[in-house]
Amino acid sequence: MKNLLKIGWQTVRKPSGYYSLGALVIGGFIAGIIFWGGFNTALEVTNTEAFCISCHEMEDNVYEEMKTTIHFSNRSGVRATCPDCHVPHAWTDKIARKMQASKEVWGMLFGTIDTREKFLAHRRGLAENEWRRLKANDSLECRNCHNFDYMDFTEQSERASYQHSTALADGEKTCIDCHKGIAHQLPNMKGVEGW
Amino acid sequence: MKKLNLAVIASLLVVAVSPIMYSLNANAADKETINSVATLRDATPIDVQKEPNAIPKVVNKDIKQGRNYPMQPPVIPHTTRSYEVNKNNNKCMSCHSRHRTEKTQAPMVSVTHYMNRDGNFLAEVSPRRYFCNQCHVTQLDAKPLVENTFTDMHSLMKEKSKANKH
Repeated sequence: MKNLLKIGWQTVRKPSGYYSLGALVIGGFIAGIIFWGGFNTALEVTNTEAFCISCHEMEDNVYEEMKTTIHFSNRSGVRATCPDCHVPHAWTDKIARKMQASKEVWGMLFGTIDTREKFLAHRRGLAENEWRRLKANDSLECRNCHNFDYMDFTEQSERASYQHSTALADGEKTCIDCHKGIAHQLPNMKGVEGW
Repeated sequence: MKKLNLAVIASLLVVAVSPIMYSLNANAADKETINSVATLRDATPIDVQKEPNAIPKVVNKDIKQGRNYPMQPPVIPHTTRSYEVNKNNNKCMSCHSRHRTEKTQAPMVSVTHYMNRDGNFLAEVSPRRYFCNQCHVTQLDAKPLVENTFTDMHSLMKEKSKANKH
């Protein structure tokens, strides 16, 4: 038994003493592909709407509310799914957000918002998290689809083109400053700027 | 004798019932003309499902529309899709309230909306005026189903003075 452990330890410490260098390189390469591929695949699975609404907290509240909005049903049939707006697309930011999401797993396990009432009680805080994130990154997740450079002001209504060509153009405001609650219902907005 | 009695009763019955039958027929005719006026079903028979009309677009031109009489609540000249007006929020007031109009350039809700029923002014919109859509509505780009013959006071007065001149 002791011998077996010793051999095992020495294999780990100096593998090249037991296996050929070629086998180690090729083996390491293949293992790398499997692990990286597996990690990425798992990450992408958690980045789908089906995964998000597999929890009833998401399906019964935010997903249900989204169904009537223009980001779900519209003339052109292009629609946004949960991760399009709620997960950054750049890799490092995405990983950072995924790490934050571990708190959401905690919340799911302990039923922080497992009833509609609890969800409504938490709604302002949850909304503020998203507003803060979008404000900090200049509404990046909006701009992944809605690119300011290609906006045709003449196609917009007068009010919209006025606001977009002034406040948005000079960077005084970002999308989320005005477009709060476009895909979900709003919390009580008392004290929120612009309300 | 019995037969004669029966005949009398029968003829009386006919006399009594015939006007009712006649009026029933007349009612049916009236109904037909009523039904031909206008419903969303047009003149589709009752046992046929009508192909629904296309949903008209909301007028979104941002151009003020005239009021037909002084107390008429102004109509909304823009879309209000998914604007929340509920216990928590009033989306309309995020542009039309007093302290937001400078930024948004939207018309301020009239000062009567800040008055309670005793005529005192409140700091916020009075609860009885909170639900905008009770009086103010968007307009659809649709043909009216029934012709409207409303004439406003000014047109009436103008007509009268014209008639007097002749």
